[in-house]
This record gives sequence, structure tokens and C-alpha cells, in this order.
Amino acid sequence: MADILQINHVSKRYSNHVALNDVSLNIPERSVFGLLGPNGAGKTSLIRIINQITGPDTGEIFFKGQKLNPKHVEQIGYLPEERGLYKKMTVGDQVLYLAQLKGLSKHEAKKRLQFWFEKFEMQSWWKKKIEELSKGMQQKVQFIVTVIHEPELLILDEPFSGFDPINAQLIKNEILELRKNGATVIFSTHNMGSVEELCDNIALINKSEKILDGSVKDIRKTYRSNTYTVSFKGNPMGFTNALWTGGEVLNKYTEDEVNHFTVKLLNGVSSNQLLQAVLPTCEIISFTELIPSMNDIFIMKINEGNEVIGTKSSYTE
Amino acid sequence: MRKINLIIVREIKSKLHNKTFIIMTLLAPLLITGFLAFLIKMSQSEKTEQNVLVLDESQLFRDKLTGNDYISLAWSNQRLEDAVEQFTEKGYTCLLWISPNIIEGGAGASKLFYKKSPGFGFQTYIKDQMEKIIYENKLKANNIDPIIISNSKQSVKLILEKVDDKGKTEEQSNLGLFGFITGALMFMFILMYGMMVFRSVMEEKTNRIVEVIVSSVKPFELMLGKIFGVAILGIIQFAAMGIITFLLTTILSTVFLKDTSSQLKVFEHQQELVKKNGTNVNFEKLQKFDDKLELFDLMQKLHKIDFLQVFVCFLLYFIGGFLFYSSIMAAIGSAVDSEADSQQFITPVMIPLMIGYFISTKTILDPDSSTVFWGSIIPFTSPIVMMSRITNGVPPWEIYLSISILFVSFVLMTWLAGKIYRTGILMYGKKTSWREIGKWLFYK
Repeated sequence: MADILQINHVSKRYSNHVALNDVSLNIPERSVFGLLGPNGAGKTSLIRIINQITGPDTGEIFFKGQKLNPKHVEQIGYLPEERGLYKKMTVGDQVLYLAQLKGLSKHEAKKRLQFWFEKFEMQSWWKKKIEELSKGMQQKVQFIVTVIHEPELLILDEPFSGFDPINAQLIKNEILELRKNGATVIFSTHNMGSVEELCDNIALINKSEKILDGSVKDIRKTYRSNTYTVSFKGNPMGFTNALWTGGEVLNKYTEDEVNHFTVKLLNGVSSNQLLQAVLPTCEIISFTELIPSMNDIFIMKINEGNEVIGTKSSYTE
Repeated sequence: MRKINLIIVREIKSKLHNKTFIIMTLLAPLLITGFLAFLIKMSQSEKTEQNVLVLDESQLFRDKLTGNDYISLAWSNQRLEDAVEQFTEKGYTCLLWISPNIIEGGAGASKLFYKKSPGFGFQTYIKDQMEKIIYENKLKANNIDPIIISNSKQSVKLILEKVDDKGKTEEQSNLGLFGFITGALMFMFILMYGMMVFRSVMEEKTNRIVEVIVSSVKPFELMLGKIFGVAILGIIQFAAMGIITFLLTTILSTVFLKDTSSQLKVFEHQQELVKKNGTNVNFEKLQKFDDKLELFDLMQKLHKIDFLQVFVCFLLYFIGGFLFYSSIMAAIGSAVDSEADSQQFITPVMIPLMIGYFISTKTILDPDSSTVFWGSIIPFTSPIVMMSRITNGVPPWEIYLSISILFVSFVLMTWLAGKIYRTGILMYGKKTSWREIGKWLFYK
């Protein structure tokens, strides 16, 4: 799959801190890309550079193979984390204005706005001022503003913060539908649940550096630790003895006469070998591999990074 | 360019939909003309009919004190007490009592009784006549002919002639006050529209819509769009107010000053006659306009003003001065989060404007001082100071120089402001200091 966006060695420095340090990323077309990282990691700085709101100090960005230039803003839709609308302007005027700024003709903008208004059942809002709408209604308008020019690349900064669950679900569905129709979506978030649900690929940024990227599947595979949860009925002693030296029990508990053992296998020992060893001793009820969630990986990597950087900084001091 | 146009149009529309803006545009000319009408009304003597009963116990004023079209006098020898009781019943509006020893002066030597308060104009009319009669009476008592005295009085009119480098002279009119008014207007307009830009920038920032917009247009384009939008709006509003004021004052002058213009023509014609024929003119035949001289003088001065030049310069200086100051206003508008924080940034911007205003007051007293000269060259004060000088005649090169500097400074200032603006609009939560703003200038 071709990359819609190539980010090569981008750095950005403000007077008293580094926002991005040599970040490189490739974002494949027609995918949902999660940009993860704790607050202040540099996600918004990177997003602003992609939107050409600020420029990088060093490094280059290519949009569909072309060096990023002002023409590209018309193919990008952006929902910033700090978002809002003109309070005194009517919904219709407002969306038309912002759509025209994105390069649509007034006529075309009107047509598309009509489509979205019907889709979200808000035809009667056209002449209403934003300040007369509820927060949830404003959020819908905000989302329409972001997508009305049918961008090829959609960038959503913390899209689920500040949205109520119904609107958040609406947006999730729209994200998936937009991808189906050929758009690429980048979104930054803290919400790891939505990452596993929506993202094909992710990048993890911490302290202005990229510390991890790849497809969600691959990453989770990489962080497999050959750990399984085995639930069985029977004698726990027999089970432990049968394990012998092939694995180590990390955790165990019994509930309703069913034992749940978390077992980490040694390198080279396969799950089949484990099953063969314990089968004679007990009655297996379930057997699952324990794959770390994105949340676990996120916390693990961030802590790792903090430790490394912690020693680094104490070293320099 | 298309995007800047969109921004300009939105900026204008959003204000035109604003009721306060519309009301201000209509109200300001009404207030101005209303004030003018009030001044004229005040300066003209009231036309309320006064029927005055005079009790002259000094016998000095009989037949000397006279009425006019709307003041009629009647003489009586009644006792004061009776007169006070009866004068309204007999149809008099006032009772003027003059004591026998008025000539010695002192308070209480004459009294005016009334039921309905007579106007100030009427009081002055009576008082002035009485003073004149007493004055002439005292002169006569000392064997001095009052005619000698009045003929000895001679008013001097200085005609100002400016000599240029080639030795040519040009008659100048001293219109300091008029220049002062145009300077003050300029101050008001720059401040008013500058603040409009400031608010508009801050509104977008506090609304949090600005980041959506700058993902479509460059921050610099957004800033320029806003500045030009308000500038065009300012010109529209100025023109609207100008036209309304013009119409209202035309109506006003036909109502209040309808005789004055024709009288001025007669007066000017007489002046011509005197100039030509010297003292051979029969003065007795001439109409006298003693009470109108000041008004005529002002009207003659106004006729001498080159309104086209004033108008063109006002427009140029307004555009230049506004663009210069509004780019500063846009920069600081981008730096603040709330109206409450804005004061510390607006005050330093107001100071040079205020200085300009003070220098322009100096123009009346000392139009050729070096402060005034430099004030009209330096872009921070030049729009105000130059406007206050322009009616007094300024060498063209000074105007060209000052306007060129103003426009070059505007370009420079916009460039600097753009650098502050693009960083400022995305800064939230931090209290901004001047030092911080200084740093933004150097961000890439």
C-alpha cells in the first residue's frame, strides 16, 4: 500500500524546549493511524506541522509523494483539540464560510452541507446561531466542518475528548465509513480502547521522540511473551508438577472449583508441548494466549522511556 | 487572494449584522449635528417675546433703552411694590426696576422680576444696553464725547502671508481649531477601528475557532484579511456617517442659518466697496452686522479651506495610520486570552496615540515648532499631528515624506505583527509577557 504521508526526520524546537526530535513516520493510504503519547509528548506539534500551521525546523514531509505545500490544505481535514465556532454566526453561514476557505465553491458547499444536514437530521438548524445550540449539536456541526470538503486525509486531534458517548460513537462510525470510501484518518488519542477498535497502525511518541510504530497487529505480536491462561478442573499440584521445567506459573487463583493459572513458557517451548504435558493431570476448560493490550504496551513503553531519559538527564546533570 | 477576500467579506458582514454597529453609524451623525444645532441655538438670542415694564427711578434710561423685534418696553412711574404685584396681570412678562442711584453702581441697583424665567440672551441684551448707557453718561459727565471714543477704537486684523522659497506669498488663514478637530477625529477613528481589529482577533482566539481557520489559510493571510476587512468597514462607516452628517447639517443650516448666508454676501459686497472706494463710502447707508462678525469670520475661513485636500489627506492618513496601528492591535490581540489581560498591552499602544493628540494641541499655538514637525513625520503620531497641521498649509514635500514613511512602516509593522500573530493565536493558558512576545518574533 502506498503511503499518503511520509514524514522524514522532522524536528521542531521552541525557545525553551524541543517539541519534536527527529521524528520519521510513514502513514499508509486508506488506513486509520493512531498517534499516541502522553500529554506534552509533541503530538499536537506534529499535527500542526502536517496541517502547515507551523513549519518544521528541519526535516521534510511528503503528501502523496509531493513535498507538502499550501495547495494540500484543501485535501486535509482537521479537527483540532482546541476547537470552536463563531458563536454569533448562523450554522449555515459558518459551515459555508469554512468550506469555502477549504477551496469549495459556494454552490458545491451548499450541496454537500445539505447532504450532511439530512444525514444528521439537522435541517432546521441552518439559520440558528451557534450559541443557540447545545454542546452536542455544536460538536456535530464541528465534525461536518472537518469533513465537508471530502478530504483525503483526515486529522483528528483527541476527537473523543469533549464529545458525549453518542457523538463519539457517531464519529467512530464516520471514521470507519470514511476509510471505507478511501480516506486516510490520523487521530491522536489517550483512549486506548478506541485504538484497538479503530486503528490499523500506530505510532507512539514520548518526550518529543517516536519510540514505537507499526501495525497494531504486528506490535501486539511483538510484545507477545509466550504467556497463556489455562483454566482447568483437577489437582493444582499435579498441574504444577507436570509443567516441570517448561514454564513458570506467574499467577493462579481458584474459583468455583476451577483453577485459573497464568503460565509463562520458556523460550522454545510451544503451547502444544504445554498442553501435552498437562493433559493427563487435569480437565482443561479453556486455553488462551495472553496478548498485551495496547494500553499495557503504551504504559510499558512510556515507563521504559522515562527510565532511560531519567538516567540520561541525571547523567548530564 | 480568494481566501483573503472570503475573510474580508465575513469580517464586514459580521459587523454589518451587528445592531450596535448600525446604531452607532446612525447615532453618531445625529449626535454631532445635534450638538452643532445646540451650539448654534445657544449662540443665537432667544426669540421668546418679552413684554417688559420698566420702572426707571434714575430717569437715566428713558428713551435710551430700546427694545427689538421681540422685546417691547413700557415705562411706568408706579411704586415698586404695586408694580411687582400687578405686572403679570397687566400682561407684562418681566418687570425691570432701576434704582435712583444706579450710577454709583453696586449690587441691587437694578432688579429684574419675573414669573417665567427669561432667557440668558434677553438678560444679556438688557444688561449690555444699560452698561452702554451708563458708560456714555459718565463720559458726558466728564465732558468727553462718546463719538470720539468709539471712533478711536480700531480693530486690527492680521492677515497671514506665508512666503515660500521662491519669494511667492500666499495668504494663510489661521485655522488651528479646525485642524485640531480633524486631528482629534483621526485619533478617534484609529483607536476605534484598531480596537475593532483587536476584539475580532481575540474573539477568534477565545472561541477556539482560529486553529480550524489557520488549517485552511496562512495565519498571515487571516490577519491581513481581518485588518483589510475592518479598514473597508471603517471607510464604509466613515462615508455613511459623513453623508448623513452632511445631509443633516445642510438641513440644519437651511433652518438656522438661512439668513446668514445672504447676509454674508451683503457683508462681503460692502467690504469690497470699502476696499475700492476707501472712506468715500457712505457708512450710514451700509448695513451693520456687528453681532454677526465672528460668525462671518468663521464662515469666510471655512470657505478658504481646501476641503478636497483635507479629505484626500484624511483618507490617506486614516488608511495608513489605521493599518499601522491595527497590525499592532492584531498582534497583541493574538497574545491575550481574555479581555481582562488585555489592558496591560493596550495601554502602551495608546501612549503614542495620546502623545500624537497632545502634539496636535500644540499645533495651534506653535505650528512650526520642531516637535510638531517631527510629530508629523514619525509614523506613530504622524496621522494625527499632520491632520492638525494640514489646514494651516504644509509644504507638499513634508506630506509626501510623512505618508511614504507611514506606509513603509505599515508594511514593516505588519510583517512583525504577522510573526507574533501566528504564534500568539495558538498559545493558550499561559500569561503572556512582552518578553515572551519578543521571543515569538524569532520562531521559525
